[in-house]
Amino acid sequence: MLSSAPSGARVDWLPKLVVAPSFVLGFLFIYGLILWNAYFSVSASRMLPNYEFAGIEPYLQLFASERFQVAARNLAIFGLLFIGGALVLGLLLAVLLDQKIRNEGVLRTIYLYPMALSFIVTGTAWKWILNPGLGIERTVQGWGWTNFTFDWLVDPDKAIYCVAIAGIWQSAGFVMALFLAGLRGIDNTIIQAAQVDGASLPRIYWRILIPSLRPVFFSTIMVLSHIAIKSFDLVMALTAGGPGFATDLPATYMYAMAFTRGQINLGAASATVMLATVAAIVVPYLYSELRSARR
Amino acid sequence: MRKFSLTPLHAAAALAWVCALGPAFAGEVEVLHWWTSGGEAKAAKALASTLQAKGDTWKDFAVAGGGGDSAMTVLKSRVVSGNPPSAAQIKGPSLQDWAKEGVLANLDDVAKADNWDANLPKTIADGLKFKGHYIAAPVNVHRVNWLWVNPEVLKKAGAKTPTTWPEFFATAEALKKAGVIPLAHGGQSWQDFTVFESVALGVGGADFYRRALVQLDPASLKSATMKDVLTTFKKVKDYTDRNAPGRDWNLATSMVIRGEAGMQLMGDWAKGEFIAAGKTPGKDFQCVPAPGTAKAYTYNVDSFAMFQLKNEANIKAQKNLAAALMSPAFQELFNLNKGSIPVRQNLNLDKFDNCAKESAKDFVETSKSGGLVPSIAHGMAVPSAIEGALKDVVSNYWNSDKATPEQTMDRLVAAAKTK
Repeated sequence: MLSSAPSGARVDWLPKLVVAPSFVLGFLFIYGLILWNAYFSVSASRMLPNYEFAGIEPYLQLFASERFQVAARNLAIFGLLFIGGALVLGLLLAVLLDQKIRNEGVLRTIYLYPMALSFIVTGTAWKWILNPGLGIERTVQGWGWTNFTFDWLVDPDKAIYCVAIAGIWQSAGFVMALFLAGLRGIDNTIIQAAQVDGASLPRIYWRILIPSLRPVFFSTIMVLSHIAIKSFDLVMALTAGGPGFATDLPATYMYAMAFTRGQINLGAASATVMLATVAAIVVPYLYSELRSARR
Repeated sequence: MRKFSLTPLHAAAALAWVCALGPAFAGEVEVLHWWTSGGEAKAAKALASTLQAKGDTWKDFAVAGGGGDSAMTVLKSRVVSGNPPSAAQIKGPSLQDWAKEGVLANLDDVAKADNWDANLPKTIADGLKFKGHYIAAPVNVHRVNWLWVNPEVLKKAGAKTPTTWPEFFATAEALKKAGVIPLAHGGQSWQDFTVFESVALGVGGADFYRRALVQLDPASLKSATMKDVLTTFKKVKDYTDRNAPGRDWNLATSMVIRGEAGMQLMGDWAKGEFIAAGKTPGKDFQCVPAPGTAKAYTYNVDSFAMFQLKNEANIKAQKNLAAALMSPAFQELFNLNKGSIPVRQNLNLDKFDNCAKESAKDFVETSKSGGLVPSIAHGMAVPSAIEGALKDVVSNYWNSDKATPEQTMDRLVAAAKTK
């Protein structure tokens, strides 16, 4: 027995050894590439990579670019609407499904189904639904309301809301599943105690159940915000950044600059700005949530 | 970067050597192209069999999609890793960019043997040279400033085919009254710019076009003429339909074919759609120069840049490829399939249709009169960074109700300074 038990020293280095390969790979292919990209953003790279140092010139160009300003503003609009919309709708669906209704399994599957689709499919389907000549507008006009217009998709000022609508449709079911699991995990005795005290059902949800879902909110916001920031395929399929560049997001901007316009340094600079934005929002949130969890 | 790529490269070379033991001295050409649709694919196959007849091996490297964007991404990674293909479909100022990187091969001996200087118009030949040496072989000329007309629709509306912009608006107004969409358009930035350059050429003339959009002279970009151009351009939008944003060009063309729309401003690749739908040029559809541009010609020349290779046999095969691309037989076969015209001069065009014959006639005339100008929308005139910036400005003006011509001219001047 004694001889086969691992010695104290071995216990010490074994976990490190096991983790080492993934650590090295992660270090090289995540942080290494982030640094490589950061260097490109201050290099003279144009059509092909070039390691000559160019200073902050690409960043000046980036912030002076009207198209990037549109992309950044779009990310803010899309991010807020998408995360907010998916949270509200997902929570609402979860609460409604939580009422011990019949056929819950069927409904849950239906709501969760959009998550199984890729954003390309979602984007293409919504492109048809929202197109004034094919989708909702034409259908409603066909029913007799000939003055009905719904042309957000082709209106440069409103097209970004269409991207948010499609994104919310895709993700709300997933959010619902997370919240539903959270609601089911809450101890029934708390609810019974509240009912004994004479609290109404909405009040129980609002004051007791939803606040206790805080960890679920945390992980949901984490997942949704990274989907929002890296959004690329949805925009490409739905509007291809158009009309004009009205629905450009930083990710599509980065692709256009780095791969079709021969301005690798500008693309790298916008990728770095994206990373910094994510870090600026997520890191403080992560910090406060994890600290309060430990307390 | 270099250090890392050497090992796999050697391994690949060793593997290639082992595989090549059979046909010892035959070269191999690897050609990056995006000729994957119908007629184009047929033409590529014809080229492959021409080379195979000379004993070379054809290695197809087709990357479909995105008008070549995805192909360029693949090409860059291949070149950076020191393993370029023999030839790649590159055109316009991008040729100069690649040549500056020092990766393109010199084709002067092929050019001299076949006398390219005499067989190509000087404007075109200059674009294929870097520091006086040929670096690419051209295959075709597309004319961009065409107006495609469905004569049936115009007749019903009592309108006539326009030759000037005022006539265009009269025709468009008549079509609108008759309840058809006057101009079929797809709202993608390159299509917006295709319309814009036809307007600029028709309103401002070839000299203005060249000064403002090719030489990017700030005084011409912000001038009374440019203001006229922008005002006219915006007026054209009133005659397109609301559902245009994002539409592909071929869907717009099919609107003209079906008679839902009267006209379309598009390059001569649109002809392929008409012909595929069983329509006859001159009878079921008309091709006329875009309004006011009868004496001018915006060209889009496809070409193949040749990369520097190390293997002697492959270099020989590459030269064979360059010679084959410019050969009269291939130029005829390819362009019959593609809808464009041969770039090689003095060929017999009997097999071509009327649109192509007119295009060829105008090409020769404008190359003498100075009306031959490169297309910006199709990457023939300015570096891709500037082209993209100009397209952004023009698309934004086209789509936004708030943008004024004055503001747009300032933005054009700023876009022209993109480095």
